Amino acid sequence: MSDIRLLIDFGSTFTKVVAVDLKKVEVVATASLPSTVDNDITLGLENALKVISDKHGITDPDKKGALACSSAAGGLRMVCTGFVPELTSKAANLAALGAGAKVVGCYSYKLTQQEVKEIESLAPDILLLAGGTDGGDEEVIIHNARMFSGTGQAVANVIIAGNKTTHDEIRGIYKDSRKNVIYTKNVMPEIGVLDVVPCNREIRDLFMKNIIVAKGIARAKAIIKDVIMPTPSAVLEAAKLIAGGCGEDAGFGELVVIDPGGATTDVHSIAKGAPARPDIIMTGLPEPYEKRTVEGDLGLKYNLDRLTELVATRETPTDFSSIVAKFHEGKLPETPEEYACHLMLSCLMVEVAMERHSGKIEVVYTPTGEKLVQHGKDLTGVRSVIGTGGPIIFSKEPRKILEGVLYREENPFILKPKKPRFYLDERYILYAVGLLSQSEPGKALALARKYLKPI
Amino acid sequence: MKRVPTVITGTVGMDAHVIGTKVLSRALQDAGFKVVELGMQVTPEEFISVAQETRADAILMSSLYGMAELDLKGFDEKRKEAGLGDVLLYIGGNLVIGRSDPREVEKKFKALGFDRVYAPETDTEVGIADLKKDLKARGKL
Repeated sequence: MSDIRLLIDFGSTFTKVVAVDLKKVEVVATASLPSTVDNDITLGLENALKVISDKHGITDPDKKGALACSSAAGGLRMVCTGFVPELTSKAANLAALGAGAKVVGCYSYKLTQQEVKEIESLAPDILLLAGGTDGGDEEVIIHNARMFSGTGQAVANVIIAGNKTTHDEIRGIYKDSRKNVIYTKNVMPEIGVLDVVPCNREIRDLFMKNIIVAKGIARAKAIIKDVIMPTPSAVLEAAKLIAGGCGEDAGFGELVVIDPGGATTDVHSIAKGAPARPDIIMTGLPEPYEKRTVEGDLGLKYNLDRLTELVATRETPTDFSSIVAKFHEGKLPETPEEYACHLMLSCLMVEVAMERHSGKIEVVYTPTGEKLVQHGKDLTGVRSVIGTGGPIIFSKEPRKILEGVLYREENPFILKPKKPRFYLDERYILYAVGLLSQSEPGKALALARKYLKPI
Repeated sequence: MKRVPTVITGTVGMDAHVIGTKVLSRALQDAGFKVVELGMQVTPEEFISVAQETRADAILMSSLYGMAELDLKGFDEKRKEAGLGDVLLYIGGNLVIGRSDPREVEKKFKALGFDRVYAPETDTEVGIADLKKDLKARGKL
């Protein structure tokens, strides 16, 4: 194999390719062409590879070695169930998000017939069942498993990640079922312990083996080596590598990646998030060091209505509503007024998404005086914030949008980053860094260092 | 073989006097129980949700700062609502402010749904013996 690595992202709208020269640690060519997953995914891929080939010669072995991630055909859609909402349901949710999934439904307690019907109509790629700590409650997960034993193939892949004591009984329930049922470690083996890594691994494995086949994405394997993970997972892998470093390079340290898009806004934080002061009490389930959240209502294309609702309390530029009406029709900003509007909406998305991702301090008035209680991660000390995604990359003022992540004096109980350095994923290479990190972490990190632009 | 009984310990409300619950947790472990230690400043709601997920057989709360009654307002209703009516409830410590008749205190907390109420400085062995007896009576030991 030559020094060229091709890294591909099958998006729902665009198929993107980055060609990297490993020896020079350099991006030699990029391409972005419409995706053709509804028809035949290989068509769009061939088109994109042709563009690369025209810019920089690539060989067939280069193509055969190419790795891809995908968010095409709806991404990896999951439904999570657990027992108590703030315990096992939340743990299941965190596990699915950490594996790069789009959580289309999250349920708690024993499911009803109606809920099961609802889940069937959602037709998730994977159903994740949790509930009970190891040795704890058995009833809820067994009930929920039984509720799906007679259902059709709308729910074909099931991961069991609850109380391990229930595995034998659940195996009995699914004995004659055609479903693909995977048993893995409990996402919450004990109270206060979150163990999502084994579950993440099973989700990714199912994605690689079954889901990309069902979605027609696996056809790309006729041309390239493999589609190894969902795109958000590749971005999270990149974030992990950039934060944690590799070999001599210690990395950036704790960081946040913010990725606003047309339909959702993703936030990844690689940080411990422990309370900044010893007198602050932590409460709730501990959150993972590598945490991803997805805001399904914050998107610049498909969620404009929700965004304009959020804007209602703020001062808006002139002609705001008529301009937004034009965005609704798919118009991109051209005039200064339109840019101002677009900028404001992008800032808002970033601000709200970061707010929801960050930990919060609550003041509790007790018989012994005021106490501060922290929920979630304290991200005030995070040193770097990386912006990616169309609304930031193509903006004229990316820094201004990214500043939406900052801590605000007037809102001191939301633990957002205080003094981070800002970086822009100008060339849209984060996913490629994540893919490359699986085999060449050192080169992948060097690539990130070279192409993430401080702003 | 019967399942090892699971018990939850912690100080309730905003009480931070953690020594008692730590000593008790250790003694319970030594006596063969599975102990879920929630430590200090545990809200009543947290006791409930943790008892649900762990299928706990008993909750043993401590409180030393005299505000337990305030902290536990509505607790009995909440736990019954959460389907935990058969979970044993014990509490011990300085449960009210000032000097008061221990029998009065016991009455007050039994009315709040507690099965056993202990005065300060009760030996852990006493509580553990009671717990074993109560669990046996329920066929859980």
